[in-house]
Amino acid sequence: MSGLALNSVTKEFGSFTAVKSVQLNVPHGTFVCMLGPSGCGKTTLLRMIAGLDSPTDGAIVLDDEDITKIPTHKRNLGMVFQSLALFPHLTVGENIAYPLRIRGVDAATQKKRVDELLAMIHLTGYADRPVTKLSGGQRQRVAIARALAISPKLFLLDEPLSALDAKLREAMQVELRQLQQQLGITTIVVTHDQREAMTMADTVVVMNGGEIRQAASPIEIYRKPADRFVADFIGMTNLLDTETDSAGRAIVLGHAAEGIVLPDDLKKATLSVRPEDVHLTAPGEGTLTGKVTFIRDLGGTIETFVDVAGKQIVAVSTPRERPAVTVGQNVGINLTPDVCVVLKK
Amino acid sequence: MRREAPQSLADYAPLIFPAGMLTVFFVIPFGTMIAVSFFQRLQGAFYEPAFVFSNYARFLSTFFAGVLGFSLFLAISVAVCCVLLGIPFTYLLTRMQRKTQVVWLVALLSILSLSEVIIGFAWSTLFSRTAGITNLFVALGAMEKPVALSPSFGAVLTGMVYQAFPYTVLILYPALVRLDPTLTEAARTLGASPVKAFFTVVVPALRNTVIATLIMVFIFALGSYLLPQLLGRPQHWTLSVLITDQAIYQSNMPFAAAMAVFLVLVTLALVGLTLFIGRKGEAA
Repeated sequence: MSGLALNSVTKEFGSFTAVKSVQLNVPHGTFVCMLGPSGCGKTTLLRMIAGLDSPTDGAIVLDDEDITKIPTHKRNLGMVFQSLALFPHLTVGENIAYPLRIRGVDAATQKKRVDELLAMIHLTGYADRPVTKLSGGQRQRVAIARALAISPKLFLLDEPLSALDAKLREAMQVELRQLQQQLGITTIVVTHDQREAMTMADTVVVMNGGEIRQAASPIEIYRKPADRFVADFIGMTNLLDTETDSAGRAIVLGHAAEGIVLPDDLKKATLSVRPEDVHLTAPGEGTLTGKVTFIRDLGGTIETFVDVAGKQIVAVSTPRERPAVTVGQNVGINLTPDVCVVLKK
Repeated sequence: MRREAPQSLADYAPLIFPAGMLTVFFVIPFGTMIAVSFFQRLQGAFYEPAFVFSNYARFLSTFFAGVLGFSLFLAISVAVCCVLLGIPFTYLLTRMQRKTQVVWLVALLSILSLSEVIIGFAWSTLFSRTAGITNLFVALGAMEKPVALSPSFGAVLTGMVYQAFPYTVLILYPALVRLDPTLTEAARTLGASPVKAFFTVVVPALRNTVIATLIMVFIFALGSYLLPQLLGRPQHWTLSVLITDQAIYQSNMPFAAAMAVFLVLVTLALVGLTLFIGRKGEAA
């Protein structure tokens, strides 16, 4: 198979297992985001793919070649570090040309390639500037261009945009995704920012505790989370405990929920309902009844907090469909089966 | 944050203490020395105030030029050896565990507590024929019979490098600790072997520190006058040895002062030249 394959890759630091038997296939040209809370093993996994750390067990295969034992500098990859790691003693052009110079490429070819790359990152004419004189976004682009100088087989980025301010970060996400599609290069990005992952990735890999919890397209991760952790980690959600009564009906917060069916093997489960799927109705009409405790009007969206039997449920709506409710009012909440994802408790 | 420049005389008040210290402990003694270097020596006595150039004139001979040349050569050799040994050593040291680093640093600093005399005699024993390290090589079968390695140029160089090495590490250490370790990692992902990464990234990124270290060790080595006598032959004696000889044993203060002033001027010129070359390299 062309692309990257991780076969039961494991990394132990003493008695601590940072990465537990990870299995993943990344087809050629795919953009993968590894997402998870800090300490989930995502950076360790990326460092092993780069060869900066070696796995305790398992194999890393790139284009049908086992690269587990190949040292970093012979892997022909491009990597962008969180700190960017631009060489402070070199100019922009010299930084970008570094991988070419190391490989003994002649000066004329180096210059041609540097000009190409500078044009690609919209910094034409910056070749002779010192990297210390650039803005955050420009430094970011230079680090990307340097990593892509040799047209690597694999493009790795470790929290590449975390140092940028929110607006610039969003712009760079789009730019990075467009660049990747234009070059068709297999790309793996480590991030803890889910918006970033949703914006850029073909496949989002959600990790926790050194394990992959789910690997799927962004929309599938959002609509069909594999477990409670993924549902809670990605976006906002309402997690509601559910159990089956003697008649086989699903009981949610003391109310019978029509139409919601738990799998036969589950007596108890958790329902995940996204706030935008929570529809408020008149009291007594919906599945649940509760009292409005707080309304957060953010202009673009309105969040309504409803207390149902001590459990807080959040509903999000747009100004157009603003619910006609006030704080302290009783409301009904309608739960339809198509918006509820049943998760193991 | 932008700070305002000092406005009134009172704003400069905190400078009085350091300025006073500098005057009392540097400007006055050095001024005295410059003055003495123009004085007239009295045979059988000390010296009398005068304004003669004979002390400097006497210095302008091939003999003293040779000694000066050798002193500079020795100091430069010591500085270069220290930096060449010090950079890889300190680099590896900073990559070790904190505990290991502390042990090494304490061991190195303890060298500073040894007097130059003890260092000199220890090395001359180690380099001797009867009790030296060559006996060890003989026992290991690497040599036929023990030989004396001292007095020689190599012995002087070894002793002085040994003495200056802790200073070298102390100057390099903070710069290397601050050096972003991802710089080397980045170089490796970009295709540089660890050795190549060291020479293309670590060494150039440390350029200013390396220049500062070279200058410091150079000046430190230039002032050494005991080790060349303990470990070297008379042709390995430095200008500092001759200055000591003139000042203390020949009681010729004016001539000693003239030599010292000359040495300071040459040193300043060389340091200036190094800084100039360093600045030029940066601009290129």
